Amino acid sequence: MDMNEIKEIFFQECEEQLAELESGLLRLNDGDRDPETVNAVFRAVHSIKGGAGAFALDDLVSFAHVFETTLDCVRSNKLEPTQEVLKVMLKSADVLADLTNVARDGGSVDQARSAQLIRELEALAKGEAPPAAEAPAPKAAAAPKAAPAPKPAPVAAAAAPNDEGFLPVAFSFDDFGGEEEAVIEHPAYEVVFKPKSELYTKGNEATLLLRDLSRLGEMSIHCNMDSLPPLDQMDPEAAYFSWKVSIKTDKGEDAVRTVFEFAEWDCELEVIAVDAGEGASSESEELPMQPVPFDLSALDEEPHAPLGVVEEEEQIAAAQEAVTAAQTASNVVQMAGNASRAAAADKGAAAAAAAQNNAQQASAAGQTIRVDLDRVDRLINLVGELVINQAMLSQSVIENDSNGVSSINMGLEELQQLTREIQDSVMAIRAQPVKPVFQRMARTVREIADITGKSVRLVTEGENTEVDKTVIDKLAEPLTHMIRNAVDHGLEMPEKRLAAGKSAEGTVKLTAKHRSGRIVIELSDDGAGINREKVRQKAIDNDLIAADANLSDEEIDNLIFHAGFSTADKVSDLSGRGVGMDVVKRSIQALGGRINISSKPGQGSVFTMSLPLTLAVLDGMVVTVAGQTLVVPLTAIVETLQPDAAAIHSFGATQRLISIRNSFCPLVDVGRILNFRATQANPVEGVALLVESEGGGQRALMVDAIQGQRQVVIKSLEANYTHVPGIAAATILGDGRVALILDVDAVVAASRGQPLHLETSLAAAG
Amino acid sequence: MKKKVLTVDDSRTIRNMLLVTLNNAGFETIQAEDGVEGLEVLEDANPDVIVTDINMPRLDGFGFIEGVRKNEKYRAIPILVLTTESDAEKKNRARQAGATGWIVKPFDPTKLIDAIERVTA
Repeated sequence: MDMNEIKEIFFQECEEQLAELESGLLRLNDGDRDPETVNAVFRAVHSIKGGAGAFALDDLVSFAHVFETTLDCVRSNKLEPTQEVLKVMLKSADVLADLTNVARDGGSVDQARSAQLIRELEALAKGEAPPAAEAPAPKAAAAPKAAPAPKPAPVAAAAAPNDEGFLPVAFSFDDFGGEEEAVIEHPAYEVVFKPKSELYTKGNEATLLLRDLSRLGEMSIHCNMDSLPPLDQMDPEAAYFSWKVSIKTDKGEDAVRTVFEFAEWDCELEVIAVDAGEGASSESEELPMQPVPFDLSALDEEPHAPLGVVEEEEQIAAAQEAVTAAQTASNVVQMAGNASRAAAADKGAAAAAAAQNNAQQASAAGQTIRVDLDRVDRLINLVGELVINQAMLSQSVIENDSNGVSSINMGLEELQQLTREIQDSVMAIRAQPVKPVFQRMARTVREIADITGKSVRLVTEGENTEVDKTVIDKLAEPLTHMIRNAVDHGLEMPEKRLAAGKSAEGTVKLTAKHRSGRIVIELSDDGAGINREKVRQKAIDNDLIAADANLSDEEIDNLIFHAGFSTADKVSDLSGRGVGMDVVKRSIQALGGRINISSKPGQGSVFTMSLPLTLAVLDGMVVTVAGQTLVVPLTAIVETLQPDAAAIHSFGATQRLISIRNSFCPLVDVGRILNFRATQANPVEGVALLVESEGGGQRALMVDAIQGQRQVVIKSLEANYTHVPGIAAATILGDGRVALILDVDAVVAASRGQPLHLETSLAAAG
Repeated sequence: MKKKVLTVDDSRTIRNMLLVTLNNAGFETIQAEDGVEGLEVLEDANPDVIVTDINMPRLDGFGFIEGVRKNEKYRAIPILVLTTESDAEKKNRARQAGATGWIVKPFDPTKLIDAIERVTA
């Protein structure tokens, strides 16, 4: 694993943390006051900050830091998480998400917005925090960096948007006032080091500290054992020794002190710079020292015993050959140490235990595993092959087995059942809850509510409804546009709502549910509903309909899906983006879905989208065109009909129309468009598939015959061959033949005079 | 004999960085995701040194350190605190709980290894 992979993991983790952050903040917004919720929110930001620091993502770190500081005020009950506070925090979460995206994908963030939120967050942290309560950050780091000048010091430290919390200055000299006069040009120091018992209980070891010190330069050590009591009075874990070290180093006093960084509270330490030639300091005379031969290299080989203090004593005592009492004591405890080591001596057992840990870890983590999407896709592909293979096998058995009741046939049916189950199970691996998309919508609602000055509440239902990941990924964009429209055009301004007897706060509701093998997503608002008069007038102005056209309410409502349609009186921030409902409709259709609107004046509108659960298989109508087998996605087909000669009308030189229930619909010969044949076939001999095209109008696609309906596994042409105009993908039929899946929109577009250039050779190969 | 390090951190990113850094430096690494898991795996892991985060779900670093120190076998094991919290109050609490030393995030691999070597034989 290299740093890039870890970085990728970091961004994945960020996404999870951001989702956690948002849902936590929303829970707080709903009145949840569980301290664990606040903690989880804090941890999410903290985690992002920590990881970002590791990758030097400074913008992310500094924003996360300010955010974290304010959250810490909430965590420590210095700041009440009111609606106003949470509003700022939710917006901050959005900015944090933006910064994360920019860090990953490049681009730029709205600097003004993030600067504004930093100010708001700082104000919150300041405004509510009792000035004395805030713990000052490490002085060494905070003081020179504290932001705009005349604030009370502790608050400035807490709110400063710098990364003071990260500076690797982890120790403070302030406790050792008066010693800064150390002079570097005399690189000799006298160190008096007298550990307290606490030093050992916290897992530090005098031996190791001295070893570390010895790495700085040439040194001599004197050990003072005067305070060692007789054996019967000795506490084997107490600290009795002190050391005096003379060291010559060019690393400076800081380096010497850094050695004792972890121990500074648990020992008496003096570091005194001595002038060359000058004698020991006055303290050294009070503490008579004896020279101790001290073999530091031996320490490296010494296995680490849990009771470090005794081991330490043993070293010194043995070398000295004077304090026999200590030796005896150490032997006693050494045995105890051996006993404890013996318990885990077997390395193999330890490794097995570690493996077991991992297993436990996996089961503890909510029974989920992370799998590379590629692996799942490969599996799906293989299952696709299996389905095809099974179908081919069935077909050849049927062809060779006239009575059709043999045991092979029975076995094949079971195989078919199993294959289908495997296919469903594999598809389920890719299925994901729509929750992340719905959560993103919460953000969209907040932003638009802000821009439009409306008060909006988003209610979501069925967030755990699952659908294929590809569908989810492609759902976000159309949903965003629809939410924008719902808030921008659907909901009224608060005054208007109150005047209409509604609550000032508008509600946008987003629900997801499964219905007959598809996912249905509904977006409803309790706004004014579609203003049909206005829509109609607009459509007339834009030449979409004739001034005297007689349209049903439903037809008028559906006009909003026409390209370039906008009813907003003024171009707001949102509609200025030039995205209309026609784009939404097209992207939903590209997913094999449909979208409908129903609206009640004064009560609001409901958009209903129905989408396939997966993009890996498709329900298709298998048709024959000029001897070729093609598959037409079932979702595109409105109805099929057998044209009557009387219903066909010529129009211009080559165009023909079919009259269906008193309206005319252009006929499109699929075989001609795809260049399967040079002249148009006689419509009366074929079948017309009525399809809905992206403009909302209908076309009748002429094919020669319908073979049947079936579920097909989609095989990308781009991945296996190259893009072919008019063809969306390919599939393999039960008899092993390749059939092309028709791109209905492209064929319809081609019929309007944008010719497709399809090589005849390929068409023949199909 | 490889020295064994038990790392306790809830961030997958940091866990991976620790794993890579420690493995490259020749340590055997055992990882836990929070204090509760850290205590659960402690006996089996039988580490030579522990590196732990402070802010974690279920059981934070302070609680974890206290838990380790209560275990007769591990009451003197070196524990390094790995955290972005460099302010004196948090460091002090970690120390009172029994931490041996600390490493300030974002950690520099050299500093991490130095710190571990400073507290292990």
